[in-house]
Amino acid sequence: MSAVWSLFTTFLQIGLLSIGGGYAIIPLIQEQVVERAGWVSEKVFTDIITISQMTPGPLAVNTSTFVGLQIAGVPGAVAATVGCVLCGVALSLALYRFFNRHRESAYVFEVLGGLKAASLGLIVSAAATILLLAFFGTGAPTLEAAPDWAALAVFAASLFALRKWKVNPVLLMVVTGGLGVLVYLRPLP
Amino acid sequence: MESKKPYLWLLGINLFISTFTFGGGYVVVPMIRRYFVEQKRYFTEDELVSMAAVAQSTPGAIAINLSALAGYRVAGVGGAAVSCAAAVLPPLVILGFVSAFYAAFAANAVIAAVLKGMQAGVAALIVDLVIDMCGMILKERSPLLTAMIPCAFFASFVLDVNVALILAVCCLLCAGRVLFGRRMNR
Repeated sequence: MSAVWSLFTTFLQIGLLSIGGGYAIIPLIQEQVVERAGWVSEKVFTDIITISQMTPGPLAVNTSTFVGLQIAGVPGAVAATVGCVLCGVALSLALYRFFNRHRESAYVFEVLGGLKAASLGLIVSAAATILLLAFFGTGAPTLEAAPDWAALAVFAASLFALRKWKVNPVLLMVVTGGLGVLVYLRPLP
Repeated sequence: MESKKPYLWLLGINLFISTFTFGGGYVVVPMIRRYFVEQKRYFTEDELVSMAAVAQSTPGAIAINLSALAGYRVAGVGGAAVSCAAAVLPPLVILGFVSAFYAAFAANAVIAAVLKGMQAGVAALIVDLVIDMCGMILKERSPLLTAMIPCAFFASFVLDVNVALILAVCCLLCAGRVLFGRRMNR
């Protein structure tokens, strides 16, 4: 019981403090889970991040599930995951309702406009990181790095299909995943 | 307005979307656009941008927050609860499964190849979304908002400024503009 409760409260804190999401919150999770609670080792934490990149779902949710499972089985995983998403969802709903209720206010209108523009800028930033990862295999390539021409071709074809025919996004994920096997899977020696 | 709330549809669509959310939470935005805006017409693209902005400005994962907001918009608090549970379930189950033998999983060449291919697809999905969203903000013909997109990008991507700080500064700038505008009119 106490392990499940402390999983819940720890991940409640992580959820509350993780504004922005993505890889910016890795140090925050690491501090709470590895250094303070000592639930998993540094090595396991690195593995969690690797697995998180290979499975669907947000990093914070994946980490909470994994750590919860290790510490207290399925109840632990559920407690940690619920704790992790609770604050964000509650605050999102509250802010959204606030904006809707005060839609006529000039302040609300302008601030929402600013948030829209700023978060679009942040999405562009995330897109740039993903493009670098896809084309160079690293978020910070050197000037001499050779791009992955196959990835560039798949990207260009996907974007064309999206703009021209509005291809279903899930279908696109399945097809590009399949292309990945054709292009990158080397036959075993 | 439908009299029966589409809880089942919300449950199914969120399970489906969440299962295919590889490569970061932002992929959820084009997915929600496809099913909620283009297919079911529950809300407009402009509302989606507002929701995405709210989901990003509050703590937690943007994917989960946005699913909850879309569910709320369609069917109230019950819809938000259903959507949120459905968005969390696939990663929970998949990770529970994977964590049992994660060493073998991480070393699997087929999975690595699939993910490498998907990366290019994810990049295309997000660039497609960005093109349409930029068009929407440019249509408002506000120099301040138009300048904010590249500035937020530059601050985040090049200068690595904290996301919360970028959002707060943009809020203050817009609130300041209202205050300043009122003084000028007085």
